[in-house]
Amino acid sequence: MAATLVGRYPHPGVMNPTLVFRDALALRLVVDLRLPRILAAVLLGAGLGVAGIVLQMLFGNPLVEPGLIGVSQGSAFGAAIALVVFAPPLWVVQWVSALAGGIGLLVSYRIARRFRFGGWILRLVLAGIAVSALFSAGVGIVKFVADPLSQLPTITFWLLGSLAATSWTRLAQVAPVVLLALAYAWSRRWRLNLLALEDRVSFSLGATPGRERLALLVAATAATASLVSISGIVGWVGLLVPHAARRLVGANTAHALPVSALLGAIFVLASDTVSRTIVVGEIPLGIVTSLLGAGGFIVLLLRNQVRVVR
Amino acid sequence: MSLELRGVVAGYAASRDSEGRHEVLHGVDFHARPGTVTAILGPNGVGKTTLLNVALGWITPWSGTVSVDGRDLRTLSGVERGQLLSLVPQTDHVAFEYSILEYVLLGRAPYLGPLQSPTAKDREIARGALEQAGIAGMACRGVLETSAGERQLVLLARALAQEPRTLLLDEPSAHLDLANKRRLVGLLQAQKELGRAIVLTAHEPEFAAALATTVVLLSEGTVLASGPPQHVLTEALLSRLYGIPVSVHRSGDRALFAW
Repeated sequence: MAATLVGRYPHPGVMNPTLVFRDALALRLVVDLRLPRILAAVLLGAGLGVAGIVLQMLFGNPLVEPGLIGVSQGSAFGAAIALVVFAPPLWVVQWVSALAGGIGLLVSYRIARRFRFGGWILRLVLAGIAVSALFSAGVGIVKFVADPLSQLPTITFWLLGSLAATSWTRLAQVAPVVLLALAYAWSRRWRLNLLALEDRVSFSLGATPGRERLALLVAATAATASLVSISGIVGWVGLLVPHAARRLVGANTAHALPVSALLGAIFVLASDTVSRTIVVGEIPLGIVTSLLGAGGFIVLLLRNQVRVVR
Repeated sequence: MSLELRGVVAGYAASRDSEGRHEVLHGVDFHARPGTVTAILGPNGVGKTTLLNVALGWITPWSGTVSVDGRDLRTLSGVERGQLLSLVPQTDHVAFEYSILEYVLLGRAPYLGPLQSPTAKDREIARGALEQAGIAGMACRGVLETSAGERQLVLLARALAQEPRTLLLDEPSAHLDLANKRRLVGLLQAQKELGRAIVLTAHEPEFAAALATTVVLLSEGTVLASGPPQHVLTEALLSRLYGIPVSVHRSGDRALFAW
């Protein structure tokens, strides 16, 4: 709520709430620009927080994050290709990027299964880094051939992550997918604990690990890719937020998942408010979250509050 | 009733490393009745864990049948399977810092729908299971802080929280010290008295002798011998099983095995 009043109109800082009723411009600003953007930030934060914790549970790996295992870079590459090769409507970009994100995840996973070095956690992260780098290089090529006047700015916007272009229409296009995916993950929040166990063990507890994991994986990837299609790559939320949530309420996802959604929403909304108010030109959101997220993660690491076994 | 394997042939599909399929079990029969303890004994790599995996339904046999309480294991739903059979693995990889109570509560999963969380009653059952495993005082400790032996007791408590008809244990004594080993024997005997069927794999003949009502000697994927411990755990059979001379000494009513 307070975030609706923070901004650079009429002067930098907090707007007087009564202004909304007196000034038509202020009203339009709040309703058409700030409100959808705030909702998008909340959705983005909750979505990335939940996708992060879901992926961490599914892979039984606390270092998994959409940005670390190839999903984000894959999505960005897909979106960049779509934007350059044909200038499609948003929903096409969304699906191309979702598909490419899924491919990124799949490739990382397959590679991690095949080579021998260290434990599973390390392998998946290593494979993810390599695959992410490949996709980043791909994005680089696309940027190089892109039209510097019309296409390049759009691609750059994607890579840095920003909610500046959010409108009610764009929000309405992605919100259903994201909300559906979040509702699905939320409904299975305790069950997720089972899926973090080894396959055979979760099977012995009556689960069908293959099928149940796939459904949640699809939900998490769909949510991430949809969100990436309106915001571009917003890094570190999916890694930091679940760790912070587990720190607060324990590893049990029945509690950690809702808290992760809440913390993610608060974190991204705060970051976005900072990104659009602190300077005139607007700092891209992805830069703010990376700055705060990576910084926060380093603090957690140094205080020995990130536990990684094996 | 309880768990019955008939003519089970099973193995693993061809992997990249080896040509063709790898058959591990070449026709195994055994029957674990309620209120009995079956100990499966055999050298490393002979298929003991594979046998447990088949009994659990995790590996589908290529031929032969597995039935639980008279029903074909393949026809059971996940929930039914989870309520009838539980597994105590040798180790379990845990990536996140659960409290021991939360971890043991996972054993209640077969009684909860996919959208449900454990209730107060489940909590009570989980606490009871911790009590039975003798680790009630550890309920609030983190599961990652446990030693290997304590972890095994935690896994056992989770299996007990499942309230199964048949309890499968993969080398339950592997990481336990003498006192805990003895406690495990007492605990499994109590479960036997409750009418559960217990199937375990073991490396130590002593452990099998102290506990089992039936011993199954598994050799090269077939049953070498099976029957009551005093008939099966003999010098001749054990020497054949492990391929080295084994001598059996009696001390009171206990059997000791020397090599």
